[in-house]
Amino acid sequence: MSAAAAAERAARESYGRLLALLAARTRDVAAAEDALAEAFAAALTAWPRAGVPESPEAWLFAAAKRKLIDAARRATTAAEGQAQILRGIEEIEHDMAARDGPDRRLGLMFACAHPAIDPSVRTPLMLQAVLGLSAERIAAAFLLEPAAMSQRLVRAKKKIRDSGVAFDVPSPDLWPSRMGAVLDAIYAAFTAGWADPLGADSERCGLAQEAIWLGRVLVSQAPEEPEALGLLALMLHLEARRPARRDATGGFVPLDQQDTALWEIDVQREAETLLRRASTHGRAGRYQLEAAIQSAHAERAKRGAPDWEAITLLYTALGELTGSPVARLNAAAALAQRDGAAAGHAAAEALGETYPALRAYQPYWALLADLSAKLGRTQAARAAYDEAIAREHDGAVIAFLAARRDAL
Amino acid sequence: MHYAILCYETADDFTRREDPVRVEGYRAAHATFLKALREAGVAATSVAGGAGLVAPHAATTLRKRGGAREVIDGPYSDIKEQLGGVYLIDVPDLDAALAWAERCPTASTGAVEVRPAMYAP
Repeated sequence: MSAAAAAERAARESYGRLLALLAARTRDVAAAEDALAEAFAAALTAWPRAGVPESPEAWLFAAAKRKLIDAARRATTAAEGQAQILRGIEEIEHDMAARDGPDRRLGLMFACAHPAIDPSVRTPLMLQAVLGLSAERIAAAFLLEPAAMSQRLVRAKKKIRDSGVAFDVPSPDLWPSRMGAVLDAIYAAFTAGWADPLGADSERCGLAQEAIWLGRVLVSQAPEEPEALGLLALMLHLEARRPARRDATGGFVPLDQQDTALWEIDVQREAETLLRRASTHGRAGRYQLEAAIQSAHAERAKRGAPDWEAITLLYTALGELTGSPVARLNAAAALAQRDGAAAGHAAAEALGETYPALRAYQPYWALLADLSAKLGRTQAARAAYDEAIAREHDGAVIAFLAARRDAL
Repeated sequence: MHYAILCYETADDFTRREDPVRVEGYRAAHATFLKALREAGVAATSVAGGAGLVAPHAATTLRKRGGAREVIDGPYSDIKEQLGGVYLIDVPDLDAALAWAERCPTASTGAVEVRPAMYAP
């Protein structure tokens, strides 16, 4: 592997761990980001000359720490503030020296999820701090102008630095106000990685695995939190199907046509165990419902068909709980499987009337197209496939939709 | 960290202070809060520790602009709730500060603002 590739890989694998470690003691996320960016830049010059160090992470940490100290000395902070920062850096040193070094990412996430932080920026802040996603990428995912997103992120980091938010997993009595944002950020990271099934995009590569890993850390720290268990179960159920999502030529394979032999049975079993554990608490929530839906889809491997009765009921419950038009659309799709295409088509069309935003959503048109075709309305089906294709960015999915249209 | 708990009181809170009967409850509530702070050892006694403030009718606001001093009768901002007093506390982090702020009597009538002190004295 070339030195540049090694640096890029280290950047991807160690970013969140190093940032959390650097920021935990100083509470200054922005300064830690700057120091880390400088350390990565230094690696790109040093490694090609001197070779890739034995432990890239330790090298990067040492370099970033020096940058932090330099920055603290340069800063016009009053002597007391500066001394405090330098003390903090010494403590980081101590943390890093401890065997394997503690993983402070979860603590950093809870700091970002603090109620004192503007709610609209909590999830973006976590994605940037823990996964190193750029403000542009986050802005795109949250439908915001990059400049506006950067500004919000900067303001939130200042608030964290100056207000004394703790970088720890809080006591369970504080979870109700914070757990939701942490779960949402982990799932947002997972879906960002999930949307790139072949790992072609280097910035998104490994995000799904990273998210699963964070989900595991969360479950280990909050083993009695049913929604944390539900989220991990959901991610594992989806991940188990990764090998079946594309065919040998990279073509899109819809869920109902995936070869169940390619599903990873061990991963599915773990997901089932987690979901059962979650359900013993008798507190249903969004992630447990979504995991249960994926579990009902996984039934196809055993029974030959998914449990459409369960899927219809679960999506309906999810729509009630979250008010999400997408959940309601999925309920309509499940209804079509349970009660027939006519019933599903009527339900989907009604949703398009109630929620005009759905008409900008590719799966809405794909569902109408599919159901129209089943009802023999070829012309309507062709028009709906065109609408769906116009709203899709993934080339493999576009090719799939076009093939369906052309086969009408 | 040192935090200031700024108590923004309502017009009724200020009226209550002038009412010989209702003032008792007001005083007792703050006295209880201060006692709790002291017993927990979090009242920042190395600094002033805070003060209750006389109602905004007694306030005078001053600005210095281009060497000229401008003095106005009244509080700095003309909002519904006015600063009625300050507690200074010394606690490990924001959550601990917020937990104390929640127990401050003003939280249940007006609002309390929690702000870190700039440097630990």
